[in-house]
Amino acid sequence: MPEPLVSARGLRKQFGDFTAVDGIDFDVQPGEAFGFLGPNGAGKSSTMKMIGAVSPISGGTLSVLGGNPETEGPAIRARLGVVPQEDNLDQELTVEENLMIYGRYFDLPRKEIARRIDELLEFAQLTTRRKDRVEPLSGGMKRRLTIARGLINEPDLMLLDEPTTGLDPQARHVLWDRLYALKQQGVTLIITTHYMDEAEQLCDRLVIMDQGRIVASGSPQDLIDEHTTREVLELRFAAGSTPPEESVFDGLAKRTEILQNRVVLYTDDAERTSSAVNERGIAPESMLVRRSSLEDVFLTLTGRSLID
Amino acid sequence: MVAPVKGSMLVLERQARVYKHTWRSSVISTFLSPILLLLAMGVGLGSLVDQRDAPAGLPYLTWLAPGLLAAAAMQTAAGDSAYPVMAGIKWIKSYDAALASPIEVHHLVGGHVAWVLTRLVMVSVVFGGVMTAFGATTVPESALAIGPAVLTGFAFIGPVTAYTAGLQKETGLASLFRFGIVPLFLFSGTFFPISQLPDWMEPLAFLTPLWHGVELTRWAALGLDPTLSPATHSLVLFAVGAFFPVLAYRRLAGRLIS
Repeated sequence: MPEPLVSARGLRKQFGDFTAVDGIDFDVQPGEAFGFLGPNGAGKSSTMKMIGAVSPISGGTLSVLGGNPETEGPAIRARLGVVPQEDNLDQELTVEENLMIYGRYFDLPRKEIARRIDELLEFAQLTTRRKDRVEPLSGGMKRRLTIARGLINEPDLMLLDEPTTGLDPQARHVLWDRLYALKQQGVTLIITTHYMDEAEQLCDRLVIMDQGRIVASGSPQDLIDEHTTREVLELRFAAGSTPPEESVFDGLAKRTEILQNRVVLYTDDAERTSSAVNERGIAPESMLVRRSSLEDVFLTLTGRSLID
Repeated sequence: MVAPVKGSMLVLERQARVYKHTWRSSVISTFLSPILLLLAMGVGLGSLVDQRDAPAGLPYLTWLAPGLLAAAAMQTAAGDSAYPVMAGIKWIKSYDAALASPIEVHHLVGGHVAWVLTRLVMVSVVFGGVMTAFGATTVPESALAIGPAVLTGFAFIGPVTAYTAGLQKETGLASLFRFGIVPLFLFSGTFFPISQLPDWMEPLAFLTPLWHGVELTRWAALGLDPTLSPATHSLVLFAVGAFFPVLAYRRLAGRLIS
């Protein structure tokens, strides 16, 4: 087993009385895409900032690229690529100037940066916009430029905090495609997200975080296999109507979650369960059969939905 | 690891590149404000002053010009350490972007100070040129005024940056100019000797870096005896200019690294 690129034991982050990260353990191996999945406020971004060697740890241990972020921050950051949650590009500068300036922060020679800019613009599909100012670019383009900026130092490890939040579906797919290409090139990725489809698409392995703790870890498929059933039957009830008592569903499914206007039945055979629902005379407004997803894993583990 | 000076120079490089895109909007004020001020105050008001008693026996325009130059340096330093610093912290978060790279907070502060000093030289040279064009001062007099003016501006970089770094809301920036910079501009001996102020206000002027800067610049350009020795005025400006960036560093570090 190679040395992990990132290793945390009992990692904590405290802001005054508030505990953002409450003792988590994880290892990120070279070449993998590792995800932190969880709702807003789960402690994902705080964890990312500690890995990024910009936020001091409050407790436990953390090693990043074999170094201690506390004492070797600049040396670690020299080998990281960071895509923050909020774009912080220089709006007045052009696309290529943003890359040039950022490359200079790593003290790279201008000539070398210029060579990398050509490649990165190609990669980010921004070649035709290289002389344009950043400010009028679309959200998806800005994100891609931020990713290109994070790659200017040819990092060993890329940190992406909510990379597709706020993008429209088409822009998200373009971005996933780019991140997938990075993964193919062997770049190690750490991604935080509150989208389960994103975690399923991109992550080899992930941890699910809730209220500062890791509640489960594994590959997306392992997590689904371990914590939920193969299929899901969702019953939707009209807004304002009273959903039936929990006892009505006894014996229908392996697990039942009663949410507002919605009942989720975890079963290995959704067709059969839906017939059984009809036989009992339960009359929802609509029924939906679908594959289990990480959302269901989260719901099973915490009793709450990922996106409120 | 990036050495302190090297890192500051890399931050300075970014500032210069941003300026290449934004200089057009500042060039108007750089040229226009000395012209308007010298015209209105020096030539216009000066014609009235000179009919009664001109300070130090000099034409009012001549007496005024070095003081205005020092005040312009203060305004440049304050302006560049207010809104652009707030933008770096909060609006475009360019400080966060830099700190994700090997750049550290002391590089940001060092680069900022170096950049504003560069701007101070630019603004002071233009202002000196306008003074000469107005016939207020000779070329050597204007040239001698530039160094003290830059030192005056230097004394404002740290305090204004530290103040901005402590602000949560940008409304505090408007207050800074309304209740800080504008009163200093008016009452620090720029337009009239502070001996004309009510007695209780006079010692207050001693506390303001601008007054020291005005005295020093006027001495350098016109050879007028300053209130304190030139060395003392320089020392005050230098001490304030050197101390406050440390405070700015501490505030920025506390804010950006949490």
